[in-house]
Amino acid sequence: MSLSKQHELHERRKGRNIGLGLTLAAFMALVFGLTIVKIGRGDFQVDPAEMSSGN
Amino acid sequence: MSDASFDNRPIENEAQFGDFFALLKPRVMTLVVFTAFVGLLAAPVSVHPFVGFCAILFIALGGGASGALNMWYDADIDAVMRRTAKRPIPAGRVTRDEAFAFGLTLSVFAVVFLGLATNWLAGGLLAFTIFFYVVIYTMWLKRSTPQNIVIGGAAGAFPPMIGWAAATGTISTESVLMFCLTFLWTPPHFWALALFMRSDYDDAKVPMLTVTHGRRSTRKHILAYTVLLAVFAIALGFTSIGGPVYLTTAVILNALFIKGAWDITRRDEDMSEADNFAVERKFFKLSLLYLFASFGAILVDAVLTRMGVML
Repeated sequence: MSLSKQHELHERRKGRNIGLGLTLAAFMALVFGLTIVKIGRGDFQVDPAEMSSGN
Repeated sequence: MSDASFDNRPIENEAQFGDFFALLKPRVMTLVVFTAFVGLLAAPVSVHPFVGFCAILFIALGGGASGALNMWYDADIDAVMRRTAKRPIPAGRVTRDEAFAFGLTLSVFAVVFLGLATNWLAGGLLAFTIFFYVVIYTMWLKRSTPQNIVIGGAAGAFPPMIGWAAATGTISTESVLMFCLTFLWTPPHFWALALFMRSDYDDAKVPMLTVTHGRRSTRKHILAYTVLLAVFAIALGFTSIGGPVYLTTAVILNALFIKGAWDITRRDEDMSEADNFAVERKFFKLSLLYLFASFGAILVDAVLTRMGVML
């Protein structure tokens, strides 16, 4: 039996696997986009006064 | 046994990606997306477009997740009713456990990511909406009171409030009135439908006002809620988000809506059956236009304000 032969299960679940793959890719794009926006806006910047008082 | 340890028996009716999507009740989601979008855009602060997009997406996913949990709990009555018998669980394509896990995971995901993307008030409101729809409405009151439509309507009314909270981080008169608009619109909308559609809620033992209190009483309830709706809808026109477009639209729509409700109240069953419920059907169609035109007008006023156009 050829190693590349697709099991019937692969064919049956093809649509589901593609859908899940696209969902995960969209999730990655969302997290990446949100991170870029939040860093760009300075949401994660620490107040210099806070930093000095912490030392 | 084969060399693979997984279960490789052919399974009839195996769930596809679309079945899990159907669990999210995509048609209900369109209303959620639209009203949340209006709430977000009507807010007097600017939101980064990508953050705004994410907020709407997470609100929609939260709404969809509550739909999946509703289907998980209501699988027994969905199987009895013709309208819902083809849903993924009663059709045997998705198990109840799968729907529960899917709905719960998606709920947590939507709430956490809405909180992270915007603020925790918006995340908290989304969590409360899911809790309200699944626990208060679906599990508790849907099967025990004929006011179930009123209570269920509250869950569908939260999205513009969440959209507003996502933008501003607050709850205000404007967002509460937008909530009231959908909340008070839901009962006349559904009861008009109940008057002309033979429902199989009876077979499912879900109490509907038309059955428990009679059709005469349902007609009176429609008028009462329509008048109450008009008060809140016009009041919204005098807040910061109500411009001339909204106020004009609201006056016309509410006048038509009250006229329709009054006509419904004056009729009896013989009159309705004689013309195949023409007035009730017309009122139902008007109710669809009412909600989209009302929120559409808020959106137009918001866009005009942002563009600096004064009417």
